[in-house]
Amino acid sequence: MTDTAFRREKMEEGWNRPPLIEEDGEAELLEVAMGPHHPSTHGVFRMDLALDGERVVRLKPVFGYLHRNHEKIAEGISYLASMPYTDRLDYICSLTNNWAYALAVEKLVGQQVPERAEYIRVILAEFTRIQNHASSIGFLIQEMGASGTPLMYAFREREKILDLFEELTGSRMMCNYMRFGGCRVDTSAAWLDAARKVVDGLPGFVDEFENLLSTNEILMARCQRVGILRPELAVNAGITGPMLRASGVNYDIRKVDHYGIYDRFKFRVPLGDHGDIYDRYMVRILEMRESITILNQALRDIPGGPIMDAKAKIRGFRPKPGEAYGRIEAPKGELGFYLISDGGPNPYRYRVRPPSLINLTVLEDMCLGSNVADVVLIFGSVDIVLGEVDR
Amino acid sequence: MKTMEEIKAAIEAAAPGAGVEIVPNPSPSGQHSLRIAPSHAVAVATFLRDDAELALDFLSNVTGVDWLDKEVTEKVKVTSTVTKTVDDVEQDVEETVEETRKRVQPGCLEVVYHLFSSALKHGPVILRMKTMNRTDQVELPSLTPIWRSAEFQEREVFDLYGVVFKGHPDLRRLLMWDEFKDHPMRRDYVDPDDYEYEPTPHDAVLTRANAHKAAEEAKAREGTGAGL
Repeated sequence: MTDTAFRREKMEEGWNRPPLIEEDGEAELLEVAMGPHHPSTHGVFRMDLALDGERVVRLKPVFGYLHRNHEKIAEGISYLASMPYTDRLDYICSLTNNWAYALAVEKLVGQQVPERAEYIRVILAEFTRIQNHASSIGFLIQEMGASGTPLMYAFREREKILDLFEELTGSRMMCNYMRFGGCRVDTSAAWLDAARKVVDGLPGFVDEFENLLSTNEILMARCQRVGILRPELAVNAGITGPMLRASGVNYDIRKVDHYGIYDRFKFRVPLGDHGDIYDRYMVRILEMRESITILNQALRDIPGGPIMDAKAKIRGFRPKPGEAYGRIEAPKGELGFYLISDGGPNPYRYRVRPPSLINLTVLEDMCLGSNVADVVLIFGSVDIVLGEVDR
Repeated sequence: MKTMEEIKAAIEAAAPGAGVEIVPNPSPSGQHSLRIAPSHAVAVATFLRDDAELALDFLSNVTGVDWLDKEVTEKVKVTSTVTKTVDDVEQDVEETVEETRKRVQPGCLEVVYHLFSSALKHGPVILRMKTMNRTDQVELPSLTPIWRSAEFQEREVFDLYGVVFKGHPDLRRLLMWDEFKDHPMRRDYVDPDDYEYEPTPHDAVLTRANAHKAAEEAKAREGTGAGL
């Protein structure tokens, strides 16, 4: 079956595809390679477009420019040695990558995590989510043509959070902080006070950001009813994270799996109605607000105690044969690690389930029929990092 | 959620002859999986997605696993009739000897699917499929027509492991370039000395330049001391 015939058949099943323009030979299609060095692609990524005037009639993403076979590398080294490599997947959110990997290994060996370490993990993950959402919105607005200002507002806040990361872990972006059964270093009372101070300033930042952007006429004109993703397609295509919830599907792994200690916190899951770019923007804003409430609860309740499980094995770490799939709600979607152990010191199979790559599955569906200028925005609203797409 | 046995029974009722087999997982994670016959995979997958009690509408993860040929050593008891001299009389005596035999268990490529339900919020249900071998019979049915999220992930498994998915709408390499020959995630993959070698027009120029340089050097050696 040809590609076009397959897609037409699927369209009848409701695959969210606007009608294709027939290539009748009267007008030639213009083929454009957008990327790999296009400034809007956040790295090296190419979209092969076919245009009929300004309208997109075909879009094929091309991956692999940043491929370094992370999975193969991880299969050749010990379990713990992969921890710093996970930082380099989604390099904006290294701490959530650490957590997802630690969670998968803990599932594989049945490792418990002390309470204080769980609280620290929640605090760091929610800080990561806030700085990721702020900068992703900043990049989106930058691509709309507002060069600089909103992005700098976001980066000003991100800087405060990265300073906290640096003080605790020693690195601003490549944190390498979590361990199987806990965390690497303990937080001091002074660090917690500094974190509380940063959290106190965050609602003001989100208000300011919203005043600046949410009712901006240009933003509304360019984002509303553009890049619509229907909920049925979103679920079928495995879309996760803010993109899925902007389409109105209530699926947040923090609520579904209650991994870590997320069942202890009160927070809401923001949902969109239309599944357009504006909803994705709004869901991210609201998720930042919910993250702030989680941070306030976690920083209030954090108990004392050890940060590493006393029984955690560090030297001679050899899980018994078996397999485990662990997943968390990373800022970009479901980040999962699938591990198979054959009893040796290295994983037999190590697989990363990258939310950035899988969220791009529907890029063509969202872009077909829209103007080429909107492709940049639709792509920006997916929120990807190429380190994770190509691995 | 239903237990693995219940899911197995439900699948067998819906798709007779599917040959479902529970693969136990000894790890504390307790995530057991179901191995299904490739011939019935599409029917089983459609049932799992559309069944009201399971409603596994969300395919999260698709993984390839490479299992190499394994040499298995096993002890076998062999009974044979041996002629022996007992009490100065030749007799046929039955004797049991324990022998160690080695045999090669053929390897295969395996594809693992992790399914969840976004409506009922349960999971994972893990499906596995095996190819016949690692060399020429590496075809499996594609589940992309049922779950779109397999589109890129099956392309990745095709690219890095070499599993050919029948029925995939757009089966091309995902991460490696199209001219690349091997499958780098296989366990026995040997990486080449020079990854990025591609014949270019410069090769001819380079060969000519090297020949020219060698000739020049020879000339210089001959003429050493003569005005150099």
